[in-house]
Amino acid sequence: MTNNPVKPTACKLLDIMPQTQTEWTFRVKNNLPIKHGQFMQLSLPKVGEAPISISGFGNGYVDFTIRKVGKVTDGLFSLRKGDNIFIRGCYGNGWPIEQFKNKTVVIIAGGTGVSPVKSLINMLCDDSDYAKEIYLILGFKNSHSILFADELKKWQTASHFHVIYTLDDEDYPGFQKGLVTDFIKKIPFTAFADEYECIIVGPPIMMKFVGMDLLMNKIPEKKIWMSFERKMSCGIGKCGHCRIDETYVCLDGPVFNYTVGKKLID
Amino acid sequence: MKHAQTYQLNVDEMNGFFEQLSEKYDIYAPVRISCGGRYAKDDSIIYQPINTYQEIEFHERSTYPLKEVLTPITQTLFYFTEDEFKESKSPQKDILIFGRACDINSIKIQDQIYLKNGNIEDYFYKRIRDKVKFILMDCPEQFEGCFCCSVGANKTDMQSLAVSDNNGSAYVQVYDSDFANYFAKYAAVNHEIQPPLKNELKVDYPVIDNLELANKLKEHPMWKEFDARCIGCGSCTVSCSTCTCFETTDIVYTQNAHIGERRRTCSSCMIDGFDKVASGQSFRKKTSEKYRYKILHKVYGYNARFHTGPMCVGCGRCSARCPELISYPATLNKLSQAIKEIKGGVQHD
Ligand SMILES: Cc1cc2nc3c(=O)[nH]c(=O)nc-3n(C[C@H](O)[C@H](O)[C@H](O)COP(=O)(O)OP(=O)(O)OC[C@H]3O[C@@H](n4cnc5c(N)ncnc54)[C@H](O)[C@@H]3O)c2cc1C
Ligand code: SF4
Ligand code: SF4
Ligand code: FES
Repeated sequence: MTNNPVKPTACKLLDIMPQTQTEWTFRVKNNLPIKHGQFMQLSLPKVGEAPISISGFGNGYVDFTIRKVGKVTDGLFSLRKGDNIFIRGCYGNGWPIEQFKNKTVVIIAGGTGVSPVKSLINMLCDDSDYAKEIYLILGFKNSHSILFADELKKWQTASHFHVIYTLDDEDYPGFQKGLVTDFIKKIPFTAFADEYECIIVGPPIMMKFVGMDLLMNKIPEKKIWMSFERKMSCGIGKCGHCRIDETYVCLDGPVFNYTVGKKLID
Repeated sequence: MKHAQTYQLNVDEMNGFFEQLSEKYDIYAPVRISCGGRYAKDDSIIYQPINTYQEIEFHERSTYPLKEVLTPITQTLFYFTEDEFKESKSPQKDILIFGRACDINSIKIQDQIYLKNGNIEDYFYKRIRDKVKFILMDCPEQFEGCFCCSVGANKTDMQSLAVSDNNGSAYVQVYDSDFANYFAKYAAVNHEIQPPLKNELKVDYPVIDNLELANKLKEHPMWKEFDARCIGCGSCTVSCSTCTCFETTDIVYTQNAHIGERRRTCSSCMIDGFDKVASGQSFRKKTSEKYRYKILHKVYGYNARFHTGPMCVGCGRCSARCPELISYPATLNKLSQAIKEIKGGVQHD
């Protein structure tokens, strides 16, 4: 029988790692090749399907960090270790990691937006020769919404990393108070010569303001990369939900260069 | 050009032909479903399996489009048990569908999205599409609001047979050699089945050749009126021959059962929630934005991606189904005007 791209495969849930009350990381058995920044369709029979970014992967597993917001995600939160999760994918283009080789990489992410960039940050951390220096500005709402606390510590201590962690409106050890946009001026862009790239991920409104700030700082558009979130049902260019003009976010994205992304008007 | 002989058959002979076909084929055609109303308008005409020639409605446009044979409004994709997704059964027989030139051409657009977009073939579409052949119906009468000639959808070469109803007898023109045997016992007649060559309605189908122009048009004041006029019901897209969007949903048979199914249901960019993401945000909140999105997909987005012309076959169903009497051709003409304004440098506030 021909291959059916929307047929999910049952995969064992290896572990559940709560990050916050409403955001848990699900570790699922997987042997498919993955690119940083891709997503998969997770499903629970009888409940439905949802696109979820890959927040980490390694030998034999893939991680999803999921916020409990509705039908499918509620269902996923009732699973236990050893249960099956149904997955299909991977989908999307992922981050253009070739572009980051031997350059300084600036990553500005907010909230669950850290998920789709987390595996990339880990790669840049573990392989210190891959890029030059890494500047991170990661923001969360408050101390209860901090994700990946262990990793945040690891990145803080990496010698080629410069990190700023922020909380919107709370004083908390290890974090600055304010929005991520308040700290963009701390990044010494002029010192990078031309050898750098920027990544923005987060809620649409955050990406918009960070993008505007970067442009105001004279960052060329072509050095800015973003990951778009749009409603998705199929992930394979059929259902139409994610389309913006001739672009299908599921097929052509979710990662876009700013020069392309700025023209995507819903 | 395919060599195509024409034969003339009476009703009994047509029914005999259908009976012979029925071993291998299910035959679908537009059929009038009487809703018991006093007036013809209370009926609806939909694509259904038929056994006899008399069931075919030749004289009025079908209410719903041909695509429904391939992509029904609701379709079961999978049945599931605890640990397994099982594909729903594929159609057993091959399928012959009666359609007009526009209806048959619309399937090219369905093919483009379901089979070619992203170089990924949709399994459920493919398995039925491979079984389908078309019988072209001619259009001697045409219907109010048809504009197939303005979008080049009046002619097709996808038919296996063409049929012209001639007051109870039928001309049958045979294009596909698979069917030649059935007609061996008849003498060929000298008759060409003609496509419609012009429509009463002419539409200046807009051409948007770049994204910058499309983006400028998004800000044009022409869309504003639709906030008041369009109610976002989605009737236009459900009845559209070329729209393809869908939703996927799971259902369970009973509360505690472990079995259920995953379904695909026709959806519409005209309805609320189509673009809603997890943060609760929608990207096109106003009805005018939804309508503009739909129109620009037909005129710009589709062609910009596939380079095969408009995403429209001029069947006129969208206007015919709109409860608010919104005319799609009138919108197209306004859009053409707006394009001229922008290209000519006219400013709006
Ligand atoms: C490419 C991509 C990557 C993504 N990656 C991730 C990821 O890594 N992690 C993640 O958590 N999500 C991610 N998402 C979002 C995720 O797909 C959605 O959160 C998910 O589809 C929600 O599915 P659901 O069935 O649980 O919610 P649904 O039941 O479909 O609910 C969806 C919407 O309804 C609202 N809603 C639900 N219940 C209520 C209620 N009781 N009251 C009011 N509003 C309600 C929700 O706020 C939400 O807006 C991603 C999306 C995309 C497109
Ligand atoms: S847009 Fe209207 S005229 Fe064009 S194919 Fe769809 S229903 Fe027919
Ligand atoms: S059928 Fe008419 S009212 Fe309904 S969504 Fe379409 S244009 Fe709007
Ligand atoms: S998610 Fe269905 S077309 Fe992109």
